[in-house]
Amino acid sequence: MTKEQIEHVKNNPKYQKLVKERSKFAWTLSIIMLVVYYAFILTIAFSPETLGTKIGSGVMTIGIPIGIAIIFISFILAGIYVRRANGEFDQLTKEVREELGDIA
Amino acid sequence: MKKLLLLVLPLLLSVAAVASGTIEGEIEKQPLNVSAIIMFLLFVGGTLVITYWAAKRTKTAKDFYTAGGGITGLQNGMAIAGDYMSAASFLGISGLVYLAGYDGLIYSIGFLVGWPVILFLISERLRNLGKYTFADVAAYRLKQAPIRTLAAFGSIATVILYLIAQMVGAGKLIQLLFGLPYELAVVLVGTLMILYVTFGGMLATTWVQIIKAILLLAGATFMALAVLSHFGFSLDAMFAAAVEVHGKGEAIMAPGGLVSDPISAISLGIALMFGTAGLPHILMRFFTVADAKEARKSVFYATGFIGYFYILTFIIGFGAIIMVLNNPEYLDLAKQAISGGSPILGGKNMAAIHLSHAVGGNFFLGFISAVAFATILAVVSGLTLAGASAISHDLYANVFNKGGEVDEAKEMRVSKIATVALGIIAIFLGIAFEQQNIAFVVGLAFAIAASANFPVLFLSMFWSKLTTRGAVIGGSLGLGTAIMLVILGPIVWVQIFGNAEAIFPYKYPALFSVTVAFIGIWFFSITDNSEDAKRERELFEAQDIRSQTGIGAEGASEH
Repeated sequence: MTKEQIEHVKNNPKYQKLVKERSKFAWTLSIIMLVVYYAFILTIAFSPETLGTKIGSGVMTIGIPIGIAIIFISFILAGIYVRRANGEFDQLTKEVREELGDIA
Repeated sequence: MKKLLLLVLPLLLSVAAVASGTIEGEIEKQPLNVSAIIMFLLFVGGTLVITYWAAKRTKTAKDFYTAGGGITGLQNGMAIAGDYMSAASFLGISGLVYLAGYDGLIYSIGFLVGWPVILFLISERLRNLGKYTFADVAAYRLKQAPIRTLAAFGSIATVILYLIAQMVGAGKLIQLLFGLPYELAVVLVGTLMILYVTFGGMLATTWVQIIKAILLLAGATFMALAVLSHFGFSLDAMFAAAVEVHGKGEAIMAPGGLVSDPISAISLGIALMFGTAGLPHILMRFFTVADAKEARKSVFYATGFIGYFYILTFIIGFGAIIMVLNNPEYLDLAKQAISGGSPILGGKNMAAIHLSHAVGGNFFLGFISAVAFATILAVVSGLTLAGASAISHDLYANVFNKGGEVDEAKEMRVSKIATVALGIIAIFLGIAFEQQNIAFVVGLAFAIAASANFPVLFLSMFWSKLTTRGAVIGGSLGLGTAIMLVILGPIVWVQIFGNAEAIFPYKYPALFSVTVAFIGIWFFSITDNSEDAKRERELFEAQDIRSQTGIGAEGASEH
């Protein structure tokens, strides 16, 4: 790719939109995942008894549903990303490539 | 083909030799498990048919390394899950739950949460930039020879360490389950793996992995359902029964001693998360699909399968507490006589295996045993293919050949020779490490993947100022630090070398070694004022455009 071609791509408004929105979306979801995971890990490190708090009348503790919930959150976040990326972002990518013509 | 057979033949002969040797020697304690052997033979027969089918379709280097890029997202997701659901995680995590309850779940979650992050930040860039190995991406705009050498070194180290763990696990498991001698089991695994990879390449490896993943998920689902139905599908009733019989009582319902201090907790988290994103056999899977869209789908499916699998292992672990613990049928009486308590035959990692017998009798025990063996076979095949690709594609085609035109047939031949060599090395190391404490091996593999492979790969895609000098020095520092800290840490320094106290107090070095790698790469990049460095920085924009849009990316081959 020549310098002119690179500038041409970078100045394409759709390309700019794609990069900006997808980065924002990807990093937001990553940060949510990291915050959830490290909140869990730090609770284990500093206050393990919190996760041992009983719920209900039996032996069930709050830690079990929290742990299972993190597994579900991972899957749901992945689903949210794939839905938007394979729909909206891929459509945008296609349009960018069409507009660029020769380069792409 | 003929040459390969000549290489494989002596191995098959040595299988026969080892087998006959042991029959004359000491008598095996475990009786031959016939139903397990029959089911295992069915699996091996089926996979060899697939290998034959795949061999006919594996003609080019692209077919060999990436199955021609024609694997679908669902298939690849299943195969990624298969690579990840090793025997170590199936037996190890259910064993950990059996032993300590909740702590097993902490491990599972750590192994899982890396996946969404890989999806958000890495998977599509990787697919858009790479061809066969992750070094293609790391070396995209940097100097080929030094970057590929470092990446190949990191890959081969990770692969060999992982192989040792799998081979030793395979040997012991098969000895226990099938009543076959250890050496025979190791040679058998090594030989089959060489056959799958050399003849069937990535296509056979992927399908072996998919079939095994389906069998493992089906078997684990049956076990979990059997346990739950025992308690009328009430989790409360199941947990209550487990708390009643477990020696630790209610402590199994909350975090225990697994992660005792904040530094260890964070360090373990980093190792699991970044390590996953630096495992060569996992990264390679992103090149087997047609485009970024399929790459994303594969991670989504993989996250689902892996998450589901970990929920199952949690239930299986608790089921084992209830049905295996204190059941005289599974007790190791000899061990109990010496150390008391209620140790089970084969140690805690056999909890899931014993549970399969408790819920499904001999037939289901045979099924789960065969699946466990199949799991090891599939995982070692994926590992070996990744290691062989690092040798043939990175070292041979791009370093020794200085990136010049490489004859594809020649590159494939090197890859197949490398596969056979790695298989033989794995067999020898598997036998050599039989009596060794290998607890540190997988931890070290993850530490190297997290500290050498991952930082270089990540920064090559995200940081425009990265230079060859920074990547090589920083990556090597991360690699060295990881190895050194594992040696000086509690497992090797105290448990293996027998010293009284560890020089480095933490079991998981990742927090430190990953930090060293990132700082090293940053510092030696920004202080690099050479002409080459300037050019490498300028090349970032073109690379970024390709990684964002897929313009110029490798497509699937047409057949």
